[in-house]
Amino acid sequence: MSVFRIFVPCDASALSMGAERVAEAVAGLAKARKAEIALVRNGSRGLFWLEPMVEVETPEGRIAFGPVTPQAVGEIFDAAMAPNRAHPLYLGPTEEIPYLKRQQRLTFARCGIVDPLSLEDYRAHGGYRGLERALGMDGAAIVEEVTQSGLRGRGGAGFPTGIKWQTVLKTTAAQKYIVCNADEGDSGTFADRMLMEGDPFVLIEGMTIAGIAVGATEGYVYIRSEYPHAYRQMQRAVGIAREAGHLGPNLLDSGKTFELHIRLGAGAYICGEETSLLESLEGKRGMIRYKPPLPAISGLFGKPTVINNVVSLASVPIILDKGAAHYRDFGMGRSRGTLPIQLAGNVKRGGLIETAFGLTLRQLIEDFGGGTATGRPLRAVQVGGPLGAYFPASLLDLPLDYEAFAAEKGMVGHGGVVVFDDTVDLARQARFAMEFCAIESCGKCTPCRIGSIRGVEVIDRIIADQERDKNLLLLDDLCTTMLDGSLCALGGLTPLPVQSALKHFPQDFDRPAGRIAAE
Amino acid sequence: MSSPSPWNAETAAVLIAEHRALPGALLPMLHALQEEFGYIDQAAVPLLADALNLSRAEIHGVITFYHDFRREPRGRHVVKLCRAESCQSMGADRLVAHAKGRLGVDFHHTTKDGRFTLEQVFCLGNCALSPAVMIDGELHGRVDEAGFDRLLQETGKSK
Repeated sequence: MSVFRIFVPCDASALSMGAERVAEAVAGLAKARKAEIALVRNGSRGLFWLEPMVEVETPEGRIAFGPVTPQAVGEIFDAAMAPNRAHPLYLGPTEEIPYLKRQQRLTFARCGIVDPLSLEDYRAHGGYRGLERALGMDGAAIVEEVTQSGLRGRGGAGFPTGIKWQTVLKTTAAQKYIVCNADEGDSGTFADRMLMEGDPFVLIEGMTIAGIAVGATEGYVYIRSEYPHAYRQMQRAVGIAREAGHLGPNLLDSGKTFELHIRLGAGAYICGEETSLLESLEGKRGMIRYKPPLPAISGLFGKPTVINNVVSLASVPIILDKGAAHYRDFGMGRSRGTLPIQLAGNVKRGGLIETAFGLTLRQLIEDFGGGTATGRPLRAVQVGGPLGAYFPASLLDLPLDYEAFAAEKGMVGHGGVVVFDDTVDLARQARFAMEFCAIESCGKCTPCRIGSIRGVEVIDRIIADQERDKNLLLLDDLCTTMLDGSLCALGGLTPLPVQSALKHFPQDFDRPAGRIAAE
Repeated sequence: MSSPSPWNAETAAVLIAEHRALPGALLPMLHALQEEFGYIDQAAVPLLADALNLSRAEIHGVITFYHDFRREPRGRHVVKLCRAESCQSMGADRLVAHAKGRLGVDFHHTTKDGRFTLEQVFCLGNCALSPAVMIDGELHGRVDEAGFDRLLQETGKSK
């Protein structure tokens, strides 16, 4: 009898729906039936409404079942062996599931497919080809390749990655650093977490290429403490890569050195801001720094530093492997390549959708997402995290593109899309935006530190119908001050959700007092 | 997550020494101390200041900056409720009210019997399965009020 590989994800979201118990049931079944089963703990494919999604390897390819309970494991095993595979949880060949089939997975090409901690598996699926090619190039050529790909920072700001690297390359210093920003704090986002849990070597490879390109021999991954699974997985993967000579001195016999350290944040949203993150890595309060100097010139410990988001760095291996043109050929306008979109909130089929830029919100929410989870009409969508704009249903034909979103006074950000049904109260969401800013402000600049607190108070008065017109004017003025006067994006972008709520949902700010329960 | 051990200056000194060679060592030290004791005891501040050649004020500044670091002992179990937008869209506010009522404590407080500490958190990265809750480092998705009660019960049983 041949060995069957059964895949049960170890992704934190899959675990949150009981994947661990399913994995135990699979192991127990294998023992009871004396079947030769190899249990693989893969990452998630990102079809979260189907988690725990179990896959079985068959001669015709992988087939999927989900959402699987521990009790159903025996039946699924039988169904997988049966010719017709009839079972209510049977989803068909995994790659044929429309949600997956319609995607263009470049950065997430391996996520959910490979054993995340197997270097052999990683290599068998194209891993380390990018680094091997990079090792035959000089730094400037690698940077040029990344520049030509059109890759822009996927953390939220959308700054061209190649230009950042170029600055670090040009700056001479005895020590340079590569820092990965894995402080994925935006609500509605989980792409970084999925990659670190499901394909950690791609991030390690991307950072190694960055190090070789700009002449940095050390790197840090700063992971938020809300992601304990990702933190442990990255630590294991770095250990494995180091052991196998893929990290450290003379990596892959190239004569080059790159060492990688994994660090844990401590629950501060502001540390997703790059200079604040650097302060935190240095062991200080996460207060943002004045710019200039740019981190590319004076970053971690005062040295030239490349600081990029997880998805940006993880997109580098495929760019080096397949060439800049391959990546650039996806996308629209000045938004090149693919964007891993995270569909979340009140949506039937939430998950990870990686596709070329240009998909509209409607295609995303209706075709992929299947509408709201509650079945009620959609009323608002927040794109780009807590600092992103709220859009009404009438703007659903907006394509996901950096410039198209900016034109509507919104932002793509890190690609998080949060859906709300018609029970949402946008005055309360606006209030929350200010409250969140007040809680998470580092306190360095006044518009953010004080402005956010005053913002909560002003919105409270608007909701309570106290001199509403006067307070609406005041709120507008306050938003302008925060927008123009804040040092970083936290204070500077908090007006985005507030003003978009005011613009698109004015009726929510114009209700008789008392209609909304005070809190 | 095991029960934290009571504050012990010698153990603390060992933990601090273990991380001393790291560049930017303070956060790793604080994490190690909190992992061991469940909070950062005031008595750790001079030890840290001494080890890192920083002032006590600087150490205090860092501890109080980050939401993670507690300055009071925690309960045996830590319950974190996500309050961010994605979870809001799926009824997190109701869940928060329910949890506070159930446990009889507000955020950042511990139940009288010392079993549960309740914390708020802004995003656990489980946004396709909102509302999300984390108990002792274990993530849970699609948690409604009844589901929350079940989780509490199971957690209580595991001691």
